[in-house]
Amino acid sequence: MTVFGIRLPGMSSLILWALLWEVVGHAGLTFFIPPLSEVFTTLFNVIGTPVFLKALSETGYAFAGGVLAAIVIGIPVGILMGKNRLIDEMLLPWVNIFLSAPLTALVPVLMVLFGFGMTSIIITTGLFAIWIIILNARAGVMQINRSMIEMARSFGATPLEAFFKIYFWAALPEILGGVRIGVIRAVKGVIIGQLLISIVGFGALFELYSSNFLMSHFWAVLIVLFALAFSISEFLAYLERRVAYYAAKR
Amino acid sequence: MAPQSAVSVRNVSKKYNDVEALRDLSLEFPRGQLTSLLGPSGCGKTTLLKIIAGLIPANSGEVEVNGIRVEGPGPDRAFVFQDFALLPWANVMRNVGFGLELRGIAKSEREAIAEKYISNVGLAGFERSFPHELSGGMRQRVGLARALAVDAQVLLLDEPFSAVDEQNRRKFQEDMLTLVQEERKTFIFVTHSIEEAVYVSDQIAVLLPRPSRVSEVIRPTSFRNKDAANIRRDPEYLDIVDRIWASLRNYVE
Repeated sequence: MTVFGIRLPGMSSLILWALLWEVVGHAGLTFFIPPLSEVFTTLFNVIGTPVFLKALSETGYAFAGGVLAAIVIGIPVGILMGKNRLIDEMLLPWVNIFLSAPLTALVPVLMVLFGFGMTSIIITTGLFAIWIIILNARAGVMQINRSMIEMARSFGATPLEAFFKIYFWAALPEILGGVRIGVIRAVKGVIIGQLLISIVGFGALFELYSSNFLMSHFWAVLIVLFALAFSISEFLAYLERRVAYYAAKR
Repeated sequence: MAPQSAVSVRNVSKKYNDVEALRDLSLEFPRGQLTSLLGPSGCGKTTLLKIIAGLIPANSGEVEVNGIRVEGPGPDRAFVFQDFALLPWANVMRNVGFGLELRGIAKSEREAIAEKYISNVGLAGFERSFPHELSGGMRQRVGLARALAVDAQVLLLDEPFSAVDEQNRRKFQEDMLTLVQEERKTFIFVTHSIEEAVYVSDQIAVLLPRPSRVSEVIRPTSFRNKDAANIRRDPEYLDIVDRIWASLRNYVE
């Protein structure tokens, strides 16, 4: 964007919002918004403490487990749905229901089934991420050109070769897009899991800080969480750009 | 001794649900020559080509390639696709060698073969380019090189120039003539362009629709050995173009 002929770097608007936050914080309008500088001071004080590192590792573990499960199960299921009409007819209604369902309401059921521990949190995280990953992998496979499939057959590709040398790569742009959105949803899932199932990780910190009105602590953790989610999402967007050169030309 | 025809189609019928695409169609494709399947859209010419390729099964009748019955795709045939069907994430070298890659040929060997055919189709210097960096005509040259590289006796070309602009198409057609002579392979060429069919073919099978059948087989005699530049002025060339148009015009709405 350019303002008065000066080219501004990306996300310059954040500076404006940070300034506004600082002003509102100093005006003391509400305890809910401490000055941003105070939040960052708290952030640097908190970030090395054992409590914070423990929360980070608990959340990271549940998040990684859930996302990994969603990817490992979601991509093959999506590809199978895209390839096989019968499997698609069987599973598509469920995928659509769960994609739009308020998954938070399912969490109590998961607690009954899987207990109050890490397992339930990982499953919650996975459930938030998996549906969009399935749908995108499916869409990616379904848009593969018919002639590409005929090409594989006419040159004698075995089904396994066709899968690894053609279908996977041809669907990769959509798959990566699905994983990126899935990861963002998994961030929601892991925090909801840690708030509702067992109070551990960042969920526990949110609970602790907000119930004790430690707002600058609260915001500090939220900023860390946002930064982590943003980095992962940007990394996946970078991977998407790596395959963009052929995404539009399939 | 090998039979005179590289490909024989005998009494082939094909239905899509209730629509009859081909009825009782028989045709011989002489070895080492280029045969065009020419006809208006909907006359089943692409269907016939894909049946010969083994990509779709016929309802009845049989197709033989070198005396062996076609049951599916095989290494004796290679296909060139209308929309090229290149791997967009792979460079020209890998695309041309892809048929060989699927046959388990070692990388160094298949790259040597690919390199030869890349230069045969006039793409030397573009080995490391990606399909999206090439024009339509160049992409189809990649598709052609890929089909040539697997060294099949029969090449099946499904409207290979229809997505290529006019000037590139002309150049491509001239190159085809040279290629047919050099490669000594059997080419089966689907097209809807009368001029193109007459220009490149040793034999033209005119197909008519509803129900699809071979209406006539034309074998030009006088201009085939002439210089490529003079064919379009040859009286026989012009006569054949007129004759085919006269029989096809009733089927064009």
